[in-house]
Amino acid sequence: MQGLEVRGLSKRFGGLVVSEDIDFDLPPGARKALIGPNGAGKSTFANLVTGILAPTGGSIRFDGQDIAALDEAERVKHGIAKTFQITTLFSGLTVRENLRLPVLERLGQGGRLFRRADSDPKIEAEVEALLAQFDLLALADRPVVDLAYGQQRLVEMALTLALKPRVLILDEPAAGVPSSETHLIIEAIERLPEDLAVLVIEHDMDLVFRVARSIVVLVQGRILTEGMPEEIARNAQVRELYLGGAHG
Amino acid sequence: MNRRLLSLLLILLAGGAAYLLFPYNLAFLTRILIMIVLVLSLDLILGLAGIATLGQAAMYGAGAYAAGLFAIHVWADPVAGLLAGAVAGALLAAVSGAVLMRTQGLTLIMLTIAVAQICAEIANRARGVTGGADGLRGIRPGKVLGLWEFDFIGITGYWYAFAVMFLVFLALAVIARSPFGLSLRGIHESPERMVAIGVSIYRRRLAAYTMGGAIAGIAGALSAQITQLVSLESFSFTLSAEALIMLILGGTGRLYGAILGTVIFMAVHHVAAANDPFNWLFVIGALVLVVVFFLPRGLVALPASLKRLAKGGRHAGS
Repeated sequence: MQGLEVRGLSKRFGGLVVSEDIDFDLPPGARKALIGPNGAGKSTFANLVTGILAPTGGSIRFDGQDIAALDEAERVKHGIAKTFQITTLFSGLTVRENLRLPVLERLGQGGRLFRRADSDPKIEAEVEALLAQFDLLALADRPVVDLAYGQQRLVEMALTLALKPRVLILDEPAAGVPSSETHLIIEAIERLPEDLAVLVIEHDMDLVFRVARSIVVLVQGRILTEGMPEEIARNAQVRELYLGGAHG
Repeated sequence: MNRRLLSLLLILLAGGAAYLLFPYNLAFLTRILIMIVLVLSLDLILGLAGIATLGQAAMYGAGAYAAGLFAIHVWADPVAGLLAGAVAGALLAAVSGAVLMRTQGLTLIMLTIAVAQICAEIANRARGVTGGADGLRGIRPGKVLGLWEFDFIGITGYWYAFAVMFLVFLALAVIARSPFGLSLRGIHESPERMVAIGVSIYRRRLAAYTMGGAIAGIAGALSAQITQLVSLESFSFTLSAEALIMLILGGTGRLYGAILGTVIFMAVHHVAAANDPFNWLFVIGALVLVVVFFLPRGLVALPASLKRLAKGGRHAGS
């Protein structure tokens, strides 16, 4: 099968079960959202898929290949990338340098010594394209630390996209972004490549219902239900458990 | 580009000016140059890659003893001796770094100190080879490139050290702007993110540490050839610590900072110690305090800070 295929995934910390028997598919071009109350295990799930955490049981396959034994860096090379919930950028470097780094590394040029980092026109063209795609051209030479938080979240997405992933996990892309800037994030997600498989983990329901074509609800480490946004919005159990009537 | 060339020209001019202005202090000026090479090595691993160390003297000492022994037993050619020093420094850094680069923070600092102490103890015990506490004597380096003999006044020594320092500076300037240099800055800024973009930061850090070791080894080799003596002091904690202070004084992460910090530290030390042999450390201490408080990015940031101050900006250097 193409894309990501998770079967019976579980994770225990001692006696505490944080993920239990999760079955999950993410084919190319998917736009899925993972929602659930605090402590439902959403971030744990993302960390299991990206290799930051090792699962206690179950399998993770990507394009039919078992990737459960690979570490985080190796899974990135296979095309599975995740943005950070708390912005983790190279804050002292400029926006352009932040994007140049992942492109260099993806192309295996990151260890080169005797040429300038900005001397490869192909790499520079790719960096410029990313800057344009995320509306960051005007800020390209500013250190990231000087940017507004919403803009930093865009850099975060651009940086991850620079790895040319085939699976992109957005871990709370709008967390901490003032509501006046949320639309920037939504537009950026809408402009992601068509064939990219996207999983959004998010609390902001406006964002979830804008970008997701399918929603998975996670409660206490288990999948409660999965469905189209309209179904999830109507689902009485979900509304009671999670939405708390906010959309009713 | 022009500005960079201008800066390089300035270094060359400063080297010439120092030679003309202080013809009777060439030995001291040469010590400054050797120290600059050591501080530059520290700037690569600490300033660029963010590897905290208080044991850079280990590689300096290894380079010094290697170059000394090489000159005595193998070949007196100075350039070959430098190479021997570089190899020794790189080897020690690679072997110790294979363990050290898996650690961070305080653990790493303690281990770097331990490595230098172990080296000192080995050199102390192996009297038959190193001369132990008496130091390694009898180093008689040949002519530099077969042309210039080391003279009593130290003219050859000065220009030899200056040329080596300049070449090391150039090499580091190239590396700092390379993809490798950028990745070291990335590791310094956010190791988690570097892992997330698929980089083995252990290998990058080890590569940087090994390069820094080679350069520190070159500094040690220079010292062995020019003073024609290697003592156990080459491995001393004081040397590592002073190199670190010089770097912080000048400004980490910028190569000019390494030069500026070393020159100012050693000049102040020289003058203050001559005027008051008992309290010179006080002057150094006060200087470091002022820089750390008002110029956290070091003395290289002074012009920018003054400019900001003149514009009525806020806290200088921040």
